[in-house]
Amino acid sequence: MPNPVAEIESTMPDRESASPAPRGEWFSHPPRHDEPANLPDWYLERRKECWHRFLETPEPVRTDEHWRFATLGNAKFEQLDTATAFPETEEIIAKTHRWGLKETAARFVFAGNRLVESEGAADLPQGVICLPIMEALAAHGDLVREHFMQEEARLGGAKFAALHGAATLSGIFVHVPRGVVIEKPIEVAHWAAGDQTAIFPHTLVVTEANASVTVLDWFRSATPEDRTLAVANVDIAAEDGSRAQYVAFQNWNDRSKHFHLNGTRVGRDARATSCFVNVGSAWSRNESVSRLTAPGADSRMLSSNLADGNQEFDQRTLQLHEAGHTTSDLLYKNALYDRSRTIFSGLIQVCPGAHHTDAYQKCRNLLGSDEAEANSMPGLEIDADQVKCSHGSTSGQISDEEIFYLRARGIAPRKARQMISQGFLNEAVEHLDGEELKAAIEQRFEERFAVLA
Amino acid sequence: MPHDNATLEAVSIDQAEGNFSFPEAYDYDAGYGLTEQVIDYISDAKQEADWVRDFRKRALKVFLDKPMPTHWASKDLENIHFDNIRYYLAKGQRPTRSWDEVPDDVKQTFERLGIPEKERKYLAGVEAQFDSEAAYSNVKEELEKQGVIFVNSTEGLREHPEIFRKWFGKVIPTGDNKFSALNSAVFSGGSFIYVPPGVKVAHPLQAYFRINAENFGQFERTLIIVDEGAEVTYMEGCTAPKFETATLHSAVVELVAMKDAKIQYITVQNWSNNVFNLVTKRGLAHENAEIRWIDCNIGSRLTMKYPGVIMKGRKARGEVISIALANDGQHQDTGAKMIHAADETTSNVVSKSISVGTGRSTYRGQVHIPKHLKGCKNNTECDALLINTSSRTDTYPAITVRGNQHATQHEASVSQVSEDQIFYMQQRGLSEAEAMSLSVNGFVNDLVREFPMEYSVELKRLIDLEMEGSVG
Repeated sequence: MPNPVAEIESTMPDRESASPAPRGEWFSHPPRHDEPANLPDWYLERRKECWHRFLETPEPVRTDEHWRFATLGNAKFEQLDTATAFPETEEIIAKTHRWGLKETAARFVFAGNRLVESEGAADLPQGVICLPIMEALAAHGDLVREHFMQEEARLGGAKFAALHGAATLSGIFVHVPRGVVIEKPIEVAHWAAGDQTAIFPHTLVVTEANASVTVLDWFRSATPEDRTLAVANVDIAAEDGSRAQYVAFQNWNDRSKHFHLNGTRVGRDARATSCFVNVGSAWSRNESVSRLTAPGADSRMLSSNLADGNQEFDQRTLQLHEAGHTTSDLLYKNALYDRSRTIFSGLIQVCPGAHHTDAYQKCRNLLGSDEAEANSMPGLEIDADQVKCSHGSTSGQISDEEIFYLRARGIAPRKARQMISQGFLNEAVEHLDGEELKAAIEQRFEERFAVLA
Repeated sequence: MPHDNATLEAVSIDQAEGNFSFPEAYDYDAGYGLTEQVIDYISDAKQEADWVRDFRKRALKVFLDKPMPTHWASKDLENIHFDNIRYYLAKGQRPTRSWDEVPDDVKQTFERLGIPEKERKYLAGVEAQFDSEAAYSNVKEELEKQGVIFVNSTEGLREHPEIFRKWFGKVIPTGDNKFSALNSAVFSGGSFIYVPPGVKVAHPLQAYFRINAENFGQFERTLIIVDEGAEVTYMEGCTAPKFETATLHSAVVELVAMKDAKIQYITVQNWSNNVFNLVTKRGLAHENAEIRWIDCNIGSRLTMKYPGVIMKGRKARGEVISIALANDGQHQDTGAKMIHAADETTSNVVSKSISVGTGRSTYRGQVHIPKHLKGCKNNTECDALLINTSSRTDTYPAITVRGNQHATQHEASVSQVSEDQIFYMQQRGLSEAEAMSLSVNGFVNDLVREFPMEYSVELKRLIDLEMEGSVG
């Protein structure tokens, strides 16, 4: 078969120049900056391919079902720069320590695309690989290759996925060998700063048979005014009998944009949990696909979102049951205030032959203002027999009785509303494993509610 | 090539004039394909007013401009060849056939369903009209006394434009979708009904009642206007298989319920396997009015039908109750559309579908509650039953809620007939097939009860019939 990329290559001017892209012009150059010298050939080749794909893939249009109800202007690619290094990294590191978990197995702090701190990675059990992704590509190229961006962007974000694949990445690669259990979470903080800059956080978690690990990504702006774009990707491969848990807590400033792709693959008797929490950014889109590939596979897909102001949160999910006797359970919760919007589009797809599937999907919206808008599109595509599949979606508000009950106990109405909303959002987080992790997220919600008008 | 002088003369005259002329006596159909000439032909045949002719022509342009909605709908739509379709057949030029030509399985189905002898020939297309004069003349007389207008689309637009023009094409604008535009261009047949204020029509109205009317057509157009405080129930179709040679059926049904009015629209259709059934149905409910769509879809190659209610007045209510059964090679793509446009409006959607063999049933729904409204409620339930391992079902609802003074809930589930149930019934002497039928009938039972009695009896028999050979 002729290689289409090679053909394009020959007719196009060389866009792969290594020199740093001039500010505001990386539309004509892939977003790259200082990176290890010995990156493997397959990766360099793949990046080229991705860049061409990015240029060729059209931007989403109105008739695209995967972008139904979305404000398309958010998906327009503006002129952006790759994030530059931060001057005041000490302050960021200090903030991360104050803000983050007390007990971690390892911690990484990225300022823009640059690693500014890492600790604990060397003390992980023997055989565990836990490295920044670019270093892992250089040092363990073949191992990374097996799992690196193997999942197709099926939910409308192909252009974003291609851009991610073409860029210099931040974030980490975690590979837990057979039978190794890492109790405490691995924590990664992603900081962004610099107006009109972009970062590309990448998280790749692989658990071999019967291994177990939890990875937590924090996303935070260093300044309240810089407009940044994050095009993030997290892939999880939970092999037979293993446990992989991933949590993303997104709290960019309200002028930034966030795009998060997720591909999860769950093997025999394994369990993968993903939880996306969004409280920040002007626009955030999550595309999350879980593939259940062998009997006994179990996927939990969780999300809690607190939207206010003019925020728009766009959630697209797919529970893909490729094998029989598999389980998936999705719970997405949105609390909306002011003029915020949320879009939930979820699909349970049961492939032919995937009999005895047990799939559940639930999206609940709590509307806290007269102008907030919640869109839900829960979907089912069932092509097998003996399945148990259901979905539910509700939209409503806090009932007066609930407020009355709390007021009768001396709680002011405003506080009462906050408590109920917070309890509503915590419900998804409750399904996570790890007490400190849950407490930390709930704490962040509380802080966020405190500043909510 | 005929070389007789008459033909040559005719041909040369046509060419000299540079335009088409059709014979005065409408002895011929409009031919195949869709052009402006076809529209003129239909309008001439129906002696329509100029505004109707213009309406049709504008619709034709919209139809030609609109793309197929295949970005969300089934790709099977691409198999419709618009050039191979006859868009209008004049009276007396419909294909006739004798009773002997009707396939045995259709005859057998009539027998099994218990269709009255008189109706069978009509349903099989042997007789052009169902001779309903005797049976329904009393009903007709009563309607006339009450001032109810009940005519076909041609007559409605010609004789009563003062009533029908105001709402014609307003609930479903021509450009709503490609197929509503097609219907607007070539519609014929269907019912136009007006019920005066306060009149509660006691008996359900059916197209059967009309004498000498084109009851069924490929491109029916129905408009029902029920004035303040009036009530009516309309029924279309029947459980008997429609013996059809036409492969595209694209109707438009518009309902208008004025203040405090009630409309119930009941459809039971059983198409043959080669039919594309692409129907647009929508009702407009004013203050405190109620519109209910009760819909049963069986058969066809592809049915796309999403009855909707726009609740325009305060406290208006909308309801869709739907049963779909998809057998081998069939795709039932049905659903509901609820647009809340006033305070305290409520809507309810209950949909049950059954997929048998390689059948595929799809629920597609839209619920829209815009901002600045208070106290709107929606409830949606869709349940799907899968009979065989190769059966398929999909659910694609879309719910938009703005503001914090509403409540919506949506639930869907997919299940199969439990093995325990079947085993239990077999223990009591039922065959597996009988047990399966009983189970399926139980699944739709609460909805079947919403249909008029004679329909629900036929419906049960029909489900038994469809379930045959699906087990074992």
